[in-house]
Amino acid sequence: MDQEESSPVLKPGYTIASVTDKISSIVLTSRTPRQWWVGFGVAFIIVMVLFAAITYLMVIGVGIWGIMIPVGWGFAIINFVWWIGIGHAGTLISAILLLLRQEWRTSINRFAEAMTLFAVANAALFPLLHLGRPWFFYYLFPYPNTMGLWPQWRSPLIWDVFAVVTYATVSFLFWYVGLIPDLATLRDRAGSWIGRVFYGITSMGWRGSARHWLRYEKAYFLIAALATPLVISVHSIVGLDFAVSVIPGWHSTVFPPYFVAGAIFSGFAMVLTIAIPLRSFYHLEDFITMRHLDNMAKVMLAMGLIVGYGYLIENFIAWYSGDVFEAAIYTDRFIGFYAPVYWALLLLNVGITQALWFRGVRRNTKLLWVISILINLGMWIERFIIVVTSLAHDFMPSSWGIYIPTVWDYATFIGTLGLFLALIFLFIRFLPVISIFEMRELVVEQEVQGAQGD
Amino acid sequence: MTEDRLYGLLAEFQGPEELLKATQQAYDAGFRSMDAFSPFPVEGLAEALGMRHTWLSVIILGGGIVGGVVGFSMQYYSSVFSYPINSGGKPFNSWPAFIPVTFELTILFAALAAVFGMLALNGLPMPYHPNFNVESFSRASRDKFFLLIEAEDPIFGADDTRRFLETLEPVEVSDVEP
Repeated sequence: MDQEESSPVLKPGYTIASVTDKISSIVLTSRTPRQWWVGFGVAFIIVMVLFAAITYLMVIGVGIWGIMIPVGWGFAIINFVWWIGIGHAGTLISAILLLLRQEWRTSINRFAEAMTLFAVANAALFPLLHLGRPWFFYYLFPYPNTMGLWPQWRSPLIWDVFAVVTYATVSFLFWYVGLIPDLATLRDRAGSWIGRVFYGITSMGWRGSARHWLRYEKAYFLIAALATPLVISVHSIVGLDFAVSVIPGWHSTVFPPYFVAGAIFSGFAMVLTIAIPLRSFYHLEDFITMRHLDNMAKVMLAMGLIVGYGYLIENFIAWYSGDVFEAAIYTDRFIGFYAPVYWALLLLNVGITQALWFRGVRRNTKLLWVISILINLGMWIERFIIVVTSLAHDFMPSSWGIYIPTVWDYATFIGTLGLFLALIFLFIRFLPVISIFEMRELVVEQEVQGAQGD
Repeated sequence: MTEDRLYGLLAEFQGPEELLKATQQAYDAGFRSMDAFSPFPVEGLAEALGMRHTWLSVIILGGGIVGGVVGFSMQYYSSVFSYPINSGGKPFNSWPAFIPVTFELTILFAALAAVFGMLALNGLPMPYHPNFNVESFSRASRDKFFLLIEAEDPIFGADDTRRFLETLEPVEVSDVEP
């Protein structure tokens, strides 16, 4: 209890009524803050950029992007891996930390799960757009068809389809099940007719019966237990998309665990990027305390070290294996065309991360926010390096080539950032950003602990 | 108010311990058709109502097994019978490569079974419930705790049961109209 005492997971002095009122008032207020409109408006304009980019893609085709043989996997795959990685922190916080009974997860799990959902939605967009003819996306699924064809089950790319679909579905279910009791709270407290109808339908008539709670908790825990291996499998399979091929720089057994660590690293960075402005704007410092930020920064540091170890071992194996192609690609990363990008990657993911060793940095919200954005950028660059440098520099010098993204690549990527932000803004306005019923439990636990302390 | 127009009696309590104690006393007094409501899960409350176990775990296990069997047999059927094709010299039944999809479908079906099983066993969605007629019940989702004794209980009597509930020191006892 030494350090917990100085920074509790919940500021003392709250009752179960006052946490309920405080969190639900963010949603139930009739006045939408002007800053919300500004933020949502900007995000919405960027969504329009995404729509324009997708429309143009549908009309012309993937030729509007910078992809050209040998680099056929440009931004689309980089963004796919990056977005789906971001989602992983949400599941980690909501499922793994639940099973480990880490009570500090309570106030951050809800929006981390929402972030997962929106990130996975963005991620799923990219492989579909990359198909070239996205309207035939259903070819990916095993359905009885007149061509008599089936998917190639031995390919990690089809594993990916199942992994992402399962991940998106389970993330949604987990998030929604967690929301049901809170939607009932909003239903009972909504002032407007439309609010009562909306929350009434979505809460499905939840009334807090003890029998319901028993089954509810059982279901919630078991979904968490199912989501835990699932989240590991999803990014492992994404790692296998690369590792199963024979391209130098990809054909590596370290990829699945190294991808999972990278995913959690970037995901926690994104949680911090959202949490820090959110807690300050809605005055949630009592719920999302310094302890949360500190813990998340520590997880980020640990994952950053694993990622750094991944870089080290990749380079070591490239040398130690004696494989000339492998050695050539890693040398190329340090001194070749994309060397500045690789050095930026090392600076951001390995260099900047080391600042998190210091308590003063972890507890300085502004600095932590900047670092979290830099790590997001660093992890995006990592995927750029993995996807592009290997393809651009494979076995035959005659087949080497350079990939330069076009304005449409950037427009699509930035557009999905806008979509992500717009969805986050809508979520904050219409659904409780913190799990209310779990906060009530936390208040009661704290009261019990306080009583024992006296 | 006649007895057959009454759905039950709803007693309001201040905290989880009071509710738990009252529920145990009502159970000991012989009431069975009853339910307790709280704004967060209360340890032991369902057991105090006489609920011994739930089939939910079995349903989830069943969902997982069905998912795994469907997942593997779909791949086995398509690769061995429906469309056998030599891919990289691997056997038609290259089962290690079928594990990821089998695994994902196991998780997917188990998770769907968990959610829909939980909702079905709980009888949700149920947009209307007589409890919602009681004004103060809206605080069951905020900070109040309730015990409901339903009129269909064999030993229910509008006056007797009300007198019994009064002995449990509730904040208030309300009639619940159907």
